[in-house]
Amino acid sequence: MFEGLSEKLERSFKMLKGQGHISEINVAETLKEVRKALIDADVSFKIAKDFTNTVKEKALGQKILTAVSPGQLMVKIVHDELAELMGGEQTEINLKGNPSIILIAGLQGSGKTTFSAKLANYLKSKKGKQVLLVAGDVYRPAAIDQLKVLGEQVGVEVFTEDGSKDPVGIAKKAIAHAKQSAKNVVIIDTAGRLAIDELMMNEIAAIKKNVDPHEILFVVDSMTGQDAVNTAKAFNDRLDFHGVVLTKLDGDTRGGAALSIRSVVDKPIKFVGIGEKMDALDVFYPSRMADRILGMGDIVSLVEKAQEQFDAEEARKLQRKIAKNEFNFNDFLKQIQQIKKMGNIKDLAGMIPGMGKALKDTEIEDDAFKGIEAIIYSMTPAEREDPKLLNGSRRKRIAMGSGTSIVEVNRLVKQFSETSKMMRMMTGGGGQKMMRMMNQMRRR
Amino acid sequence: MGIFSFFSKDKKQDLDKGLEKTRSSVFGKLSKAIAGKSKVDDEVLDQLEEILVTSDVGVHTTLKIIERIEARVARDKYLGTSELNSILKEEIVELLQENNSGDGTDFDIPAGIKPYVIMVVGVNGVGKTTTIGKLAYNFKKAGKKVVLGAADTFRAAAVDQLKIWGQRVDVPVVAQTMGSDPASVAFDTVKSAVSQQADVVIIDTAGRLHNKINLMKELTKIKTVMQKVIADAPHEILLVLDASTGQNAIEQARQFTAATEVNALALTKLDGTAKGGVVIGISDQFKIPVKYIGIGERMEDLQLFDRKLFVESLFD
Repeated sequence: MFEGLSEKLERSFKMLKGQGHISEINVAETLKEVRKALIDADVSFKIAKDFTNTVKEKALGQKILTAVSPGQLMVKIVHDELAELMGGEQTEINLKGNPSIILIAGLQGSGKTTFSAKLANYLKSKKGKQVLLVAGDVYRPAAIDQLKVLGEQVGVEVFTEDGSKDPVGIAKKAIAHAKQSAKNVVIIDTAGRLAIDELMMNEIAAIKKNVDPHEILFVVDSMTGQDAVNTAKAFNDRLDFHGVVLTKLDGDTRGGAALSIRSVVDKPIKFVGIGEKMDALDVFYPSRMADRILGMGDIVSLVEKAQEQFDAEEARKLQRKIAKNEFNFNDFLKQIQQIKKMGNIKDLAGMIPGMGKALKDTEIEDDAFKGIEAIIYSMTPAEREDPKLLNGSRRKRIAMGSGTSIVEVNRLVKQFSETSKMMRMMTGGGGQKMMRMMNQMRRR
Repeated sequence: MGIFSFFSKDKKQDLDKGLEKTRSSVFGKLSKAIAGKSKVDDEVLDQLEEILVTSDVGVHTTLKIIERIEARVARDKYLGTSELNSILKEEIVELLQENNSGDGTDFDIPAGIKPYVIMVVGVNGVGKTTTIGKLAYNFKKAGKKVVLGAADTFRAAAVDQLKIWGQRVDVPVVAQTMGSDPASVAFDTVKSAVSQQADVVIIDTAGRLHNKINLMKELTKIKTVMQKVIADAPHEILLVLDASTGQNAIEQARQFTAATEVNALALTKLDGTAKGGVVIGISDQFKIPVKYIGIGERMEDLQLFDRKLFVESLFD
């Protein structure tokens, strides 16, 4: 249903061709499109309005360079402004204090319990912390069990108090327990609550007052609509939280709520939830979010992301290999991993100009590479080096080892040889071919 | 209360309580926008746009409503404050009515279908399990024999959560261990309901984001497997939507409908500050009636959606 903003802008700027700079008259229609796109992306009505006014001021009088079209220039202004609003820099979680106490708050169903466990997992595995999870949701049926199960999954102790209906008491006891058992971090999960539920808001304010957390994180569903401003403001008024967690970003929401919240409470977004698995947690990238809200193809961003991930030396080696026709399954695997690191495949492909439109109605699964990886992992090092070794019995063994079928292995080998062919063509601009390859992957 | 007299006073008060915030923050503004004006001008329409958009009605539906009002203004030439107010109400009610939203008058099931199988679907955290608990309570209160199926075998403790609801409401819950095949749980539940001669079966499913193709396929499978026991089951596929969700709810409706032919909607968490305008948008674009609304955490906090009462409560 969404049309990329860049496409819309290109269209509305067609009439601009031949004009030297952006003027009040020619910008009006475009700004209307920008505003509509923002509202469609769930950015708060008022913030969308303010935003377009700022963009207008910045855009007026800008000279249109011959190198970029007016549409592209406008897209750049909108994007830069949006990224700026999102907060230019990443902000880390505050882990001062021993133990550092982290309080989790938010509406019902925003994903607090899942996030608490993911954060515990992140702090344990990435920061080497001893973490204690605290089950402070004493209301929702089985909420405590849920945290217990997740705690077990990530190997983190969960503090519970059976039968207690007093989250303040539980939190205090948990901290005492954390001190005794030499934990560095205490994460307090709490019940979901509505911002207008006075009793429940008093309760979480009391928890804050009693445990004096070093970090209060407000967890919000990235699919939230216009209400995001009200809720974020109400929670911030009561808790003065330190950061925001945006959950369920692996959906296809534009996530305009991120912009609304950022603007209304001026607190950084620190984490994003990107899946149901315990490691599906990422730090927040303002610029990526700006792209997402606008749904725009941005070749600059693609280049930046590619630079981030591809080692230049690595790339030179690969190029030599491709030229000499020595591209093998190890390289293929590496490529897949690099693509995966860059993020959602569809988003990525959408950044290639012209591809966005072509991909609009296609579906590419995030785990499209899973089967491929399994097959390659089931090959011996020699087979990965030299795909020509793959005879019938080897393929049969690989199929068994990877839990796939010979048909799938055959298909991959065929895809692989096509890919290496394609890679040689890429320098000559083989976009069509790449499209076909993506389609094949999708059909698997 | 006239035509709303079948609603007990309590019910109306509960809904009023839930919608109080909506009324004062959103449609209250409209009264202000219209107050003191003798006819509809661009400024009023602009304000109308703001009001609808900030209620999550969405650009598309907002423009549609405004077009309808503009057409009437052009036809009727002069429109006063009170006229515009009632026209806006009428237009929204009509949009809902076109899709039979709020046609239900009781927690009842169609005659001749036994057991009536309801499958509940939705994205993560919208309140599927809670809604099922409340539905079970209401059906039971209406004298029906209810069986619940814990087919959310994925989310940690989801089975326990449904079991607790089962105890609260005193209805049996069919469950297997966590991680087991949800389709198999659904199959067992329907089978057990048939042998127990139950009237209503409600199947809980794991929350899933609608863009996860494999998980959506799983829903299709759950549905198909139930048909091995009862050929036309599930009779009702209830998509649960969170009132605080923005325009993505439309995409949710689209994808879940594509995977499972959703034929009823429940809108939850209407007791918060969220406006619930998403219902209008979805009813406009999909021909699916809104059946239930959730307005709190207690088991009594589920109501049949009533379009007129809903719109009336917004404007009271």
